[in-house]
Amino acid sequence: MRYIDPHIHVISRTTDDYERLAIAGCVAVSEPAFWPGYDRGGVEAFGDYFRQLTEHEPRRAAQYGIRHFCWLCINAKEAENVQLGREVIALIPEFLDRPNVLGIGEIGLNKNTPNECTIFCEHVDLAVGRDELVLIHTPHLEDKYKGTRMILDMLANEPRTDPNRVLVDHAEEHTIEAILDGGYWCGLTLYPITKCTRQRAADMIEMYGTERLLVNSAGDWGPSDPMAVPRLILEMRRRGHSDEDISTIVYENPLRFFSQCKRFSLG
Amino acid sequence: MHTPLSAKEVLDRYFLETRGRILEIAANLDRIDRGEPVAKQQDDPRMDQILQALDVLRSEGAARAERCQMVFSLPYEENWSAPNAE
Repeated sequence: MRYIDPHIHVISRTTDDYERLAIAGCVAVSEPAFWPGYDRGGVEAFGDYFRQLTEHEPRRAAQYGIRHFCWLCINAKEAENVQLGREVIALIPEFLDRPNVLGIGEIGLNKNTPNECTIFCEHVDLAVGRDELVLIHTPHLEDKYKGTRMILDMLANEPRTDPNRVLVDHAEEHTIEAILDGGYWCGLTLYPITKCTRQRAADMIEMYGTERLLVNSAGDWGPSDPMAVPRLILEMRRRGHSDEDISTIVYENPLRFFSQCKRFSLG
Repeated sequence: MHTPLSAKEVLDRYFLETRGRILEIAANLDRIDRGEPVAKQQDDPRMDQILQALDVLRSEGAARAERCQMVFSLPYEENWSAPNAE
């Protein structure tokens, strides 16, 4: 079954994983800008990173027949440095019109601090001002519920926000309802220990339906599984879900959300 | 239209996995007890969270996964100050 992984950090994976993704039916990946495991030294490092996302990585993916798309931002962790955050936000427009850029992301909160909130709002201001899609990271573990509520509050405070153009990711059992009720697209992340299993994701799909729900692997430099989406496909098949419903989650919904970006095309 | 698995079908498919995960939790708790005197480790708020979550598992009612998530979550403050609030 063809599928799109709407949230995977492929720059941190070898081409062995691209080969596996291609064999498993992946036709496209969407890679948000993220924290690389250390705090970068300055805005120049973000310029290099954005070049990697918009020039090098699409070429690497193309060797395996996979379309590579990306998002741009300063991630929530590094956003604690407001000055750096503002420098990166000022740099983003230089890269926004590159052919594989889908929008602003993954912005969000990490420890739910005032500085993180300030940079989050300034990212949203940039996004809505330029009519760009937004991809949002909700915090990990104990911070997730509080941070998700704060994120939804800040989105609601911005009258230009169109929920249909916002994907709120890493949802779990205690945050999914508020995200969907707000009219946003909702991502379930199949990531070991700190996020969701494919069984729990299948449960949430059964409870909430297929509308505006996506699943992703968030494969990165930590213990993670780039094959998580195909494993969810198998789990749903084992539970008797139709190929049509499964395809809605893993292909049609990402396609529909990303197609709102004028630069997106699988052709 | 998808027909959910029956309770028996769920048990048939997930019993061994559930059993395995319960054993992991049991072993983790034993490991904690071997590492610290029982009286001392009960002062750690994480132990309180674990015990609360175990109570949720045994409780009546739906949404155990969601209720366990809330046991491990920081509370949301209704009156927090958003930078873009009016």
